Amino acid sequence: MRNIFNYIDRPSPVHRLTGATKLVCLLLWSFASMLTYDTRLLALLMLLSIPLFALSKIRVRDVSFMLGFTAVFMVLNNVLVFAFSPQHGVSLYGTKHVLLSLGGSYEVTAEQLFYHLNLVLKYASSIPIVLLFVCTTNPSEFAASLNRVGVKYSVAYSVSLALRYIPDIQREYHEISQAQQARGVEMSKKQSLFKRLKSASAILIPLILSSMDRIEVISNAMELRGFGKNKKRSWYMARPFTGLDYAAMALCLALLLAALWLNHLNGGRFYNPFI
Amino acid sequence: MKKSPVVTIVAIGIGAALFFVLGRFVAIPSPVPNTNISTQYGLLAFMAALFGPLAGLLIGLIGHALIDFSYGWGIWWSWVIASAVFGGLVGLVARKIRLSDGEFGKKDLLAFVLAVVLGHAVAWFAIAPVLDIVIYAEPANKVFIQGLFAGAANIVTTLIIGLLLCYAYAAAKPKKGSLKEEK
Repeated sequence: MRNIFNYIDRPSPVHRLTGATKLVCLLLWSFASMLTYDTRLLALLMLLSIPLFALSKIRVRDVSFMLGFTAVFMVLNNVLVFAFSPQHGVSLYGTKHVLLSLGGSYEVTAEQLFYHLNLVLKYASSIPIVLLFVCTTNPSEFAASLNRVGVKYSVAYSVSLALRYIPDIQREYHEISQAQQARGVEMSKKQSLFKRLKSASAILIPLILSSMDRIEVISNAMELRGFGKNKKRSWYMARPFTGLDYAAMALCLALLLAALWLNHLNGGRFYNPFI
Repeated sequence: MKKSPVVTIVAIGIGAALFFVLGRFVAIPSPVPNTNISTQYGLLAFMAALFGPLAGLLIGLIGHALIDFSYGWGIWWSWVIASAVFGGLVGLVARKIRLSDGEFGKKDLLAFVLAVVLGHAVAWFAIAPVLDIVIYAEPANKVFIQGLFAGAANIVTTLIIGLLLCYAYAAAKPKKGSLKEEK
């Protein structure tokens, strides 16, 4: 219950990178995989994450639950896309190679299959890097790194506060929910949807009213200590950059530039093998 | 009474933590896959009405991004941005509501309903599907139907939970001018 963000502390080169570097790399990497639909680059991004996992000493067992969850999400999304728009690939790639006809507009075309391959690759290229980031970045360092990459420190501090109070609020939610259950409030599947909503609010109201008091207490404490007086602040968890940090950022920047260059080369976001 | 900026910062932090806990653990599954009936938007609307548009925007952004992070499926930017826009819009439209003075009358009710409906309509019928198409190149009819269902379900649950919270909060606060000098 405490380790909701799955941070795994192991000595590795990836853990030694500063939080700011990992955040910059995550952003560059996800922009690269978001911008392009070039199959070759997406495949490269997917393959590159394998040695990174090995380097960071994160084992598949550590993330198997999240991978399973994502796989279900991915399959559902693909099924939905096919059900709603079986000719999407044809309209994207401009040609039509029918492999199998299922009746009506439901045909399996080479273009559609290729589009689904790209969709799957898109997940496979961006999700491992998020998992890696979550597993190797200390949540307390995360807020400091947000400030480092240019986010205003008051906003970075909000993120830090949120991370700090998630376990507290979770515990409080649990306590209130058990107290209400003891008084006969039920939220299980046996109840109708409307009843469930009503019971949810019986838990939410005390939780949120007590959180409002919490806001007052915390902001008074911060104000008494002069929070927000200066333009800058220092962070306990901040660390200086090393050569490794610059190398990692340069690599990720190169990947983003490759994505932009390929988009230019393909005359669009799609790599089209059909013409 | 004017609120100090520190209160807003703390409200964003606690609000995002609440949004996270509700979104992560109090989601009610709906008949359509990938889509939950979520309780967190009621909270977001309430917080936005109480603390203003900036707080609403950032609670939506941070809270939703943290939920996506903890699931580990990557940040689904189009929906994160939609949540942020919803929070910001409710904060803007519901600016006139004087919840912090313990007042929530008929006019405020109307403003709140208007803010929620408008915010959800813009976020889920326009922003989320359009970004899904732009970023992920998904087919248009699929994302619009998904958005339509999510938006409609969200409007209903947000109104139920948001209004309950507003009434409970207003009742718990002493009214402005409720004390009279004895003569």
